[in-house]
Amino acid sequence: MTALLFLWFFFSLGCGILWVEYLNQFHLPGTGFKLGFWFAQQGSIISFVLIVLIYAILMNKADQTNPKK
Amino acid sequence: MSILTWTYLFVGLSFSLYLFIAWRVRVKDTQGFYLAGRDVPAYANGMATAADWMSAASFISMAGLISTMGYAGSVYLMGWTGGFVLLALCLAPYLRKFGHFTVPEFIGDRYESNPARLIAILCAVFISFTYVAGQMRGVGVVFSRFLNVDISTGVMIGMLIVLIYATLGGMKGITWTQVAQYWVLISAFLIPTIAISIQLTGSAIPFIGMGSTLLESNISGQSVFLLNALDSTLREFGWHSYTEAFQGKWSQFNVFATALTLMVGTAGLPHVIVRFYTVKNVQAARWSAFWALLFISILYLSAPSLASFSRYYTIHTLNGVSSEKLPAWFHSWEKTGLILWLDDGDGIVRYSGDSTNEIFRSGKLSTKEIEAIKAQHALWLTTNSDSGINGRQLMIDKGLNGPDRDIIMLAAPEMAGLSNWIIAFVAAGGLAAALSTASGLLLVISSSIANDLYFRTLNPKASEKNQLLVGRIAIAFAVFVAGYFGLNPPGFVGQVVAFAFGLASASFFPAILLGIFNKRVGTIPAISGLLVGIGITAYYIINCVFFGGSRWTFGFVENGITPEAFGFIGMLLNFTVTLVLTPFFPAPSKSMQATIESVRQPE
Repeated sequence: MTALLFLWFFFSLGCGILWVEYLNQFHLPGTGFKLGFWFAQQGSIISFVLIVLIYAILMNKADQTNPKK
Repeated sequence: MSILTWTYLFVGLSFSLYLFIAWRVRVKDTQGFYLAGRDVPAYANGMATAADWMSAASFISMAGLISTMGYAGSVYLMGWTGGFVLLALCLAPYLRKFGHFTVPEFIGDRYESNPARLIAILCAVFISFTYVAGQMRGVGVVFSRFLNVDISTGVMIGMLIVLIYATLGGMKGITWTQVAQYWVLISAFLIPTIAISIQLTGSAIPFIGMGSTLLESNISGQSVFLLNALDSTLREFGWHSYTEAFQGKWSQFNVFATALTLMVGTAGLPHVIVRFYTVKNVQAARWSAFWALLFISILYLSAPSLASFSRYYTIHTLNGVSSEKLPAWFHSWEKTGLILWLDDGDGIVRYSGDSTNEIFRSGKLSTKEIEAIKAQHALWLTTNSDSGINGRQLMIDKGLNGPDRDIIMLAAPEMAGLSNWIIAFVAAGGLAAALSTASGLLLVISSSIANDLYFRTLNPKASEKNQLLVGRIAIAFAVFVAGYFGLNPPGFVGQVVAFAFGLASASFFPAILLGIFNKRVGTIPAISGLLVGIGITAYYIINCVFFGGSRWTFGFVENGITPEAFGFIGMLLNFTVTLVLTPFFPAPSKSMQATIESVRQPE
């Protein structure tokens, strides 16, 4: 879970805000998106969905393999 | 058929659908009334949460906000979706396992204190009322713009509909109507967005279109990316560039703190949290968090695309045309005062970010006042500024530069040249967004008053039937109060929303998080943390917004912290105070510690 929270911070507050000016030097290959801007308006949201999906799968699996004590 | 007929048809049809669903699932016990009987499937709960969450503001105003703010608009996109990650990972499954009706109930029971419960009730009710007033207003605005009825009549109709289905069906009725409302609002948002995307870039997927090249540029031979074209156009007309970060008052610290406040506030909003109590078990709570975020992301990924398309489109269709060549959508929205043109005398429209701008909005001015300004301005032009008033200067002084941001969404179907029925469908979508959010909030108010205040605090012996009756009365009462604020809006709804988020992030989020993950935190530290967090956030926002107090800089924040961003500081203080005081006060009772332990164990 800590790792997933780290990813949450990394993609949104990190890539979208803290390092946005550095990342804006690059473009998402083949598109008009500056990379930092893309993370702020699209990439962060996509990563949020994936994080919650991975969390749901992993935790529900953990619940099944460790039945109630 | 005319737009008006189509609109009546769609609004009538969607309203009958909502009422029909409420009648089908009407409930008879408190479990059903507050928790929908705990048998809502995860995907349906996800859809309902999405509709609950996406308000009139998300649907009507957000694209417009991003459109004028450019990069800084990302704080809303990240803030209002990123909060779900916190909610899904740190709060929802644990709260579901704790197994209660409401958020104040969790805080009251976990900290074993009725005063804590009372503070939580006050916060929940305050946050919900500020929010719901905006929704009722949204209903009124849609009615008046699309159906030519008075705003107050619109608010009344909205109140009546919510009243019927919320008192009848409680949470169960609300959940299933929200599922229907989700489909109405998402299709109403996507159809015009996809159409305008195809028109400008040829791509049917809006978020791919946003990164693509412009169609017209492809024809002329040299391909230009939409975003690059937008950046250079904006600079040419005196605005700051669309994709460049940290312009104007949006310094890096403020962007960071606002995004974080919105995220944490989202995770702490009672009407969203309560949705996770309605599913069958913890596994379903996790899945429904995923579904909710997935359904929300569909709108939130499309909104920034619509924002950039419409910005590009408005600038290019307005600039340099004469009065006969103004586009049709301009004329139809001119009537509503969302956009108006005051010429500088050359007969050519100029829409720009500097002093040469000729495009304005009427804001709160009445039609009469606008007519007077237009007449004076015309006189000023014809007499070569001998008599009359320079309307453009007047509008700039009143802060009414540029069109109303709501036009970005509302006029999108017309900009894309879509037919009448789609424009009408957008009206139904706006209503669905406002009504779904309003009903979720009203239920929180009702449950806070009827369950937490009446049953848990005042009259613990109340019978099931009695509780249900009080719940229904409370919801009806809440509808009327909300309707009152919708009819007589306090002139500062915008700022008050900042307040709701600031308060949610400074109060609920730390209290719930520590309540779950720290067994040692006792009653007094938790209450002190709550009071300090709420107190300082409320003080700062009230002082800045209503009394013009100066902003704090802490010596490093350029131009000070904006009130919207302050919830972040309130949250940090809440955490600090609670954790510093904890070692000096007794731990919770043994049985409570055992309960917390068991909540964190896998099932």
